[in-house]
Amino acid sequence: MSVWVGKNTRVVVQGMGRDGSFHAKGMKEYGTKVVAGISPTKAGESFEGIPLFATLAEAVKTTKANTSIIYVPAPGAADAIYEAIDSGVDLIVAITEGVPVEDMLGVWDYLKRVQSVRKGLPRLIGPNCPGLISPGQCKVGIMPGHIHKPGKVGLVSRSGTLTYEVVHLLTQAGMGQSTCIGIGGDPINGTNFIDALAAFQADPGTAGIVLMGEIGGTDEDEAAAYIKKNVTKPVVAFIAGQTAPPGKRMGHAGAIISGGSGTAAEKIRAFEKAGVPVARIPSEIPGLLAKAMKGGKAAPKTKAKPAPKKKAAKPAKPAKPAKKTAAPKKTTKKKAAQRPVRKARAAKTSGRKKRK
Amino acid sequence: MNLHEYQAKELFQRAGIPVAQGIVATTPAEARAAAQRIGGAVVVKAQVHSGGRGKAGGVKLANTPEEAEEKARAILTLSIQGLPVRKVLVTSAVDIASETYAAILVDRAVKQPILMLSAAGGIDIEETAHTNPGAILRIPIDLTTGLLPWQARSAAQKIGKKGKEALAMADMLVRLYQVFWSEDASLAEINPLVITKDGEALALDAKVSIDDNALFRHDDLEAMRDTADETAGSILARQKGLSYVPLDGDIGCVVNGAGLAMATMDLVQFYGGKPANFLDIGGSSNPEKVVAALKIITGDSTVKAILFNIFGGITRCDDVARGILTALDQLTIDVPLVIRLTGTNEDLARKILAEKGLTATTSMDEGVKAAIAAAQGGAQ
Repeated sequence: MSVWVGKNTRVVVQGMGRDGSFHAKGMKEYGTKVVAGISPTKAGESFEGIPLFATLAEAVKTTKANTSIIYVPAPGAADAIYEAIDSGVDLIVAITEGVPVEDMLGVWDYLKRVQSVRKGLPRLIGPNCPGLISPGQCKVGIMPGHIHKPGKVGLVSRSGTLTYEVVHLLTQAGMGQSTCIGIGGDPINGTNFIDALAAFQADPGTAGIVLMGEIGGTDEDEAAAYIKKNVTKPVVAFIAGQTAPPGKRMGHAGAIISGGSGTAAEKIRAFEKAGVPVARIPSEIPGLLAKAMKGGKAAPKTKAKPAPKKKAAKPAKPAKPAKKTAAPKKTTKKKAAQRPVRKARAAKTSGRKKRK
Repeated sequence: MNLHEYQAKELFQRAGIPVAQGIVATTPAEARAAAQRIGGAVVVKAQVHSGGRGKAGGVKLANTPEEAEEKARAILTLSIQGLPVRKVLVTSAVDIASETYAAILVDRAVKQPILMLSAAGGIDIEETAHTNPGAILRIPIDLTTGLLPWQARSAAQKIGKKGKEALAMADMLVRLYQVFWSEDASLAEINPLVITKDGEALALDAKVSIDDNALFRHDDLEAMRDTADETAGSILARQKGLSYVPLDGDIGCVVNGAGLAMATMDLVQFYGGKPANFLDIGGSSNPEKVVAALKIITGDSTVKAILFNIFGGITRCDDVARGILTALDQLTIDVPLVIRLTGTNEDLARKILAEKGLTATTSMDEGVKAAIAAAQGGAQ
């Protein structure tokens, strides 16, 4: 099993430029069903056996694509997302980096109105993300497929290469992945940690979860509270940017400590309060997760017991004796994790916001 | 990108937000002339990209042009939070009856712009947000309608404004939202928004930050960029599309990807070192970016060792290795270089590096430890 992408995923690529076509080929080689590409100028031709169409609507109608991946450069990215929302696909993955915040505010405003009538669909992942992969089944993104391995760990992250780093460590430790989701480094994105946590909780193929956050915003804090209440599977967290200075944007548009909030310390505290073990450095993640998966959930949800904090300065794998948690071995499934209910305000029906 | 107060006030004026008359001066003599033209008492205000200007002595009242010249002379020698003052804004002084805080910004949690309003004007809003969040009114703004006049009126009334004052303030708030939206701002702030003793509403100060990602459609704003405080390294980084944040340590870091770059900084600190910078060369590698990165880092004289941390995905390790060799040809690098490479084409990269006698580790932890040792003079 997997989350959001799998054997039935049929991908259309929006933006068959240099990057788009390169990754279309990469996804196809990984085994993903890449059924169409969009290129207004090369419609009717094909690329590496992938038929090209002028419009997304036509491509979806002809090829039954259900997932779109977007490589359109930033100035046109929002328009591409709108086209994808209107095309009726269920999943939209926006890889593009550098999309203006106002464009994304407009997209979100429109998307949530569509989602309110389409039962939460389509789902938007990104922008400014590496995409997602269900190892061995389907890759919808730009990550190096070969470092992944099928398995039971669900991973969700705001970053790209740092995720690869951790996936690599997990794979080396023999811990395969069910699905790895990059939600992106922008301040306004389509899918947040809670969405991914709910999906992993509901996915029978996922037994443990790695959550990789970073400075900026409060998504991690909300995720921590959500885990405490709704997630029975073991979760291990990591926060990048523990040494980042305030007020500086650390590469990602969303990675900024503003007004003294959004610090790594704040987020780490939130996870520890929720009983989620926090790795101090990436190489601790596999060990902590293995331990948590062995012992069931790291801490009982009723008593906010602090995470098993390892005091020793030893960095590498915490080869401490397996910790016996007070909690029962395998917490029985509480309830089917429901899709988080969006704060859907009264659906405005006027047309989508046009800039100036 | 942050605008200076005088630049933000230009945007305000264009949008019809009342501001006190002001003239920019770069010398004491210019400040004197400006005060003469404005007439009456003036305020001389440092134009630097930092908060706390008043506390640092960067804002002074002057009753005569002579006094304005004198105050400007003093202010133009100041450095505020490390930034030298190069310009002052001379603006007519007003008699303040009340002060309000007003700002439009993006609320990430609700994914909407919001109006923030507080009767405690002139305050440190960040501090108030922490200590007394109840004192701040937060009104979410619908994108389809924008900030509606009735919402603005009601907000003004809620913080205690009445009659004409409330109307004048509401009008400014609606216009402030127009500035925010049309200029792709991430923040448009008036602190304080004052009501004068004559009952006039004015933006006494102005702060506007523009979304960097939207500058491509605002050439006029890009032209307002003040590069005077930027180092050569920061300017080169921007031109080459690298994310670069200088820090105060001694280990120069070159990393692909922002998350990995942050984690690298953290790891350096974790093992007892101090990073000299955050530097993300981006997802797709071309050797030229590597050369630019090394140019930036070698321009920082405090750097005692350079650490490359590359996880090859889309970035090909061999491209990075070629970039390193090119940089070694072009630049004099007299500090130790520690390289960590793994992922796409790493074997090829190793071969390329070996031509110059360079080696690379595969583990991030090992790379970081080696860089720290090298910076301390241990491992070369």
